[in-house]
Amino acid sequence: MEQRIYFDDLPAGETVRFPASYPVSAEEIVEFASAYDPQPMHLSEEAGKASILGGLAASGWHACAMAMRLMSDGYIDRAVAMGSPGLDELKWLKPVRPGDTLYMERTCLEARLLRSKPGVGVCKFRWVVYNQADEPVVDMVGAQMFFTREQAQAGERA
Amino acid sequence: MHYFEDITVGEPAEIGTHTFTEDEMIRFAEKYDRQDYHLDPEAAKTGPFGGLIASGWYTGAVFQGFFARHLLKIADDLRRAGRPVARLGPSPGFTDLKWPRPVFAGDTVSFRTTVEKKRPLATRPGWGAVHFHNEGFNQKGELVYAFHGVTFIERRPA
Repeated sequence: MEQRIYFDDLPAGETVRFPASYPVSAEEIVEFASAYDPQPMHLSEEAGKASILGGLAASGWHACAMAMRLMSDGYIDRAVAMGSPGLDELKWLKPVRPGDTLYMERTCLEARLLRSKPGVGVCKFRWVVYNQADEPVVDMVGAQMFFTREQAQAGERA
Repeated sequence: MHYFEDITVGEPAEIGTHTFTEDEMIRFAEKYDRQDYHLDPEAAKTGPFGGLIASGWYTGAVFQGFFARHLLKIADDLRRAGRPVARLGPSPGFTDLKWPRPVFAGDTVSFRTTVEKKRPLATRPGWGAVHFHNEGFNQKGELVYAFHGVTFIERRPA
């Protein structure tokens, strides 16, 4: 079984760049936008060229979804996680284009145990998504909650 | 969209209501957010939420579908009335995004958007920043999603 990740494994100050990558295709950009963000610049190269983005670019919300998949593959799927209350801030820094390959880097800004929920800790992370040219495309700060090792293993024994 | 000058601050617009199905929640999770409680109804029963819940980014994508269509409809109505349509610029990002309660399969969420403030952009002549407060409420009237977004909108030509 894969090594699980607990609150204890996420120390404040640590920065990790995950090996997982996400290749971006024109088909997926258009498919996502057709369903969830049908603005012309996300639907065709022509309309993208005519817009301020200068070419077909992924919906910012598609970029968020791809960032989530990078978190999923990077660590969350192995973590004993309890979800996220939200994000303080998110910046879309550069358009995400067909042919881009995305990567994620995570820095733990703060890690503390919750007084209201014993055995649960909350981490404040900064996640930066980079493209293949190492340019940051999404920069966000938010929180995720995790069980402590002790709490999770007590739960598994019960 | 209306020109920046013609946008009214403080009027909420109801932009859509959606009933979340287990199938669509799982389809999104398979692609973008592979945590058990978004992907596997059986495993979710014993998870931290007691059942399958939507990825927060899926709720965000559904909101954006309504928001984009709301803006596109305003543009269509203006065009039909023979009036000029202001261009939309990119969004630089958002702040204070919250997922205060899970969205379970079968929940019906109503979304609304309110312009909370607007200001001309000193750095980009001809454009203004419009700030939206966006919210989603479930069938019990409980807040399940909220954030403060910004979009650049063209100013009326002098």
